[in-house]
Amino acid sequence: MKWITAIIKPFTLDDVRQALTEVGVTGMTVTEVKGFGRQHGHTELYRGAEYVVDFLPKLKLEVAIADEQLDQAVEAIMGAARTGKIGDGKIFVSELEQAIRIRTQEVDVDAL
Amino acid sequence: MRFDARSARPALALAALVGTSPAWAQAAAAPTHIDSGDTAWMLTATAFVLLMTIPGLALFYGGMVRAKNLLSVLMQCFAITALVTVLWLLYGFSLAFSTEGMHAGMTNLHSFIGGLDRVLLAGLTPDSRYQTVPESVFVMFQMTFAIITPALIIGAFAERMKFSALLWFSGLWLTIVYLPVAHMVWSGPGSFLGDLGVIDFAGGTVVHINAGIAGLIACLVIGKRRGYPNVPMPPHNLGYTVMGASLLWLGWFGFNAGSAVAANGSAGMAMLVTQIATAAAALGWLAAEWIVHGRPSVLGIVSGAVAGLVAVTPAAGTAGPGGALVLGLVAGVICFFSATRLKHKLGYDDSLDVFGVHAIAGIVGALLTGPLASPKLGGFGAVESVWGQLWIQTKGVGFTVIWSAVLSLVILKLIDWTLGLRVDDEQELIGLDIALHEEKAYNLS
Repeated sequence: MKWITAIIKPFTLDDVRQALTEVGVTGMTVTEVKGFGRQHGHTELYRGAEYVVDFLPKLKLEVAIADEQLDQAVEAIMGAARTGKIGDGKIFVSELEQAIRIRTQEVDVDAL
Repeated sequence: MRFDARSARPALALAALVGTSPAWAQAAAAPTHIDSGDTAWMLTATAFVLLMTIPGLALFYGGMVRAKNLLSVLMQCFAITALVTVLWLLYGFSLAFSTEGMHAGMTNLHSFIGGLDRVLLAGLTPDSRYQTVPESVFVMFQMTFAIITPALIIGAFAERMKFSALLWFSGLWLTIVYLPVAHMVWSGPGSFLGDLGVIDFAGGTVVHINAGIAGLIACLVIGKRRGYPNVPMPPHNLGYTVMGASLLWLGWFGFNAGSAVAANGSAGMAMLVTQIATAAAALGWLAAEWIVHGRPSVLGIVSGAVAGLVAVTPAAGTAGPGGALVLGLVAGVICFFSATRLKHKLGYDDSLDVFGVHAIAGIVGALLTGPLASPKLGGFGAVESVWGQLWIQTKGVGFTVIWSAVLSLVILKLIDWTLGLRVDDEQELIGLDIALHEEKAYNLS
């Protein structure tokens, strides 16, 4: 199993969710987060006072999937979240050791 | 205001020109009846001016502070409205508008402050009259001016003053600074600045220079906000600020066109020039900002509009439409630089630019009122000497700046030594809403 953590622009969420559903992903978790990468925030200017906003609002999407779904899921996220402009985000993939559905006590792929 | 809209001010200006003592013609042209049209307009105008403080100014300022201080600003505007109303009844109207002991051309104590014969609104009945409107309406109209002036000052020390100190400051400042200046300008023959020939149709000097200078002194005495200018303090809701500025624009028609104290040509012209100057100043600030910063901002255009409203206030009874256009453009551009450059260069923390917008636009407006009143420049004042009236206006500005600065400083120091002006560090960090009122503006969860 794999654990995908994707940092995306907030307005791309609906498209990403739809794309992941189409490749068979059945669940996901979304968190509102703030951060920066190469974009290094932006500046705002109010009556001559310049404010550097380092941490930009993003969404963190977390998905647990079976190994064979990985390529499709990554492509789905990339396809839906990519605008081509700076700040589109990143996808991190890691190994997932175990998954358990609390209600039924199913484990691993059956629990996803 | 008031008197020059009709016959007295031209008579005064003319008298000043020929070097005689002012011959206030008010008595000769005194109306003998209440006019229902005038009264209907003045009732409306009065409601408009109240609308400028609550909710106009409250929202304009409220949007510019941080979310943790929104309620404190709304509270301060609301509380000042209530406090000044009561003080106005007790002695405010009397000290500002009593004509006891005043004589045209003679300077005595009552040239500076009214008598006590109208304390508790003595003598006011349903039948008493001011020109062609019931006196109750005039009392109420003037009360709304007395309300907004101390409320304007709160923008300079927003986010850090104790609420108790705010109440004491507002009451004392009204009594010691505002009421005498209002009396000196507007109370008729024998008033100090009125007899000098200062033109202040709707309060550029009485309201805006007075409040703007007090704001500068206040923010210097109370000190900068914690973390200023290194901690970001952007406006928390510019939507409120735009709504507040829009309400100010609307309410200002009552402020300026109401100052004719009649539904007549002077009121109509005041409304027209108010609209023109405001639009011109909004565009002036917008253009300056676009050129200097590379983009037009929402806060910029509404700030420009307020600068225009302030600048045209003293001139609203005498400037022509062309003069209003020039006045607005000049005020918009100058205030852009005063609020965005001057403040940062000098390093004071005038939180919401009370000095940068109100004092500066008030001074620009008061000075330009002189030349723009001249028929040679399209104005409608009985002013023949452009430079002469400019000099009179300069004297009025200089006197008001010193009066407001010195007395505001005394009041602030007095409160600081006794009660303390400022909340403690922890309260400032938490925000005044929770720290002082134990309430939050936003409960979003």
